[in-house]
Amino acid sequence: MKLCRVLGPVVSTAKHESYVGRKLLCVQPVDERGAAQGASFLAVDTVDAGEGDLVLVNSEGNSARQVIGIDKLPMRSLIVGIVDRVDVG
Amino acid sequence: MHLGRVIGTVVCTRKAPGLEGVKLMLVQPVDHGGRPTGGVQVAADTARAGPGDLCYLTVAREAALALSESFVPVDAAIVGIVDAVPR
Repeated sequence: MKLCRVLGPVVSTAKHESYVGRKLLCVQPVDERGAAQGASFLAVDTVDAGEGDLVLVNSEGNSARQVIGIDKLPMRSLIVGIVDRVDVG
Repeated sequence: MHLGRVIGTVVCTRKAPGLEGVKLMLVQPVDHGGRPTGGVQVAADTARAGPGDLCYLTVAREAALALSESFVPVDAAIVGIVDAVPR
């Protein structure tokens, strides 16, 4: 899983049916100190995250299918936690 | 999932079984600022995207799950067209 900062929502009207009614957020991967690391990507929110939150993002399809509970789900990245604190060392 | 800009279409006459009728688009992966983030890829379209559209894609095994026939050899699929992204 990756630590990411939520940049904000991605709005889309034309989409695959499995994305209808789900909150899609743009997230920026960050390191343990909060510095941006790599390119932003998208994740479906399952924990009511919002802009500016530090979150835990899981990018693996089978876990996504289990969390959402749909067998045929074309989705890999899910926000699965809101991070309260990161302790280094 | 990630954002991408549709930059063209790909046409194949001879293709693997299951790919008949699947629309293939040429996509440049980008970040939320529109900056390219990697090499151009070919993606199956499930959202009626067209050249110039900003879209989002799902990759790997989950790409095939976006299609009606889910055991087809694709590793990227367009699953939505973007109206707005955070600045």
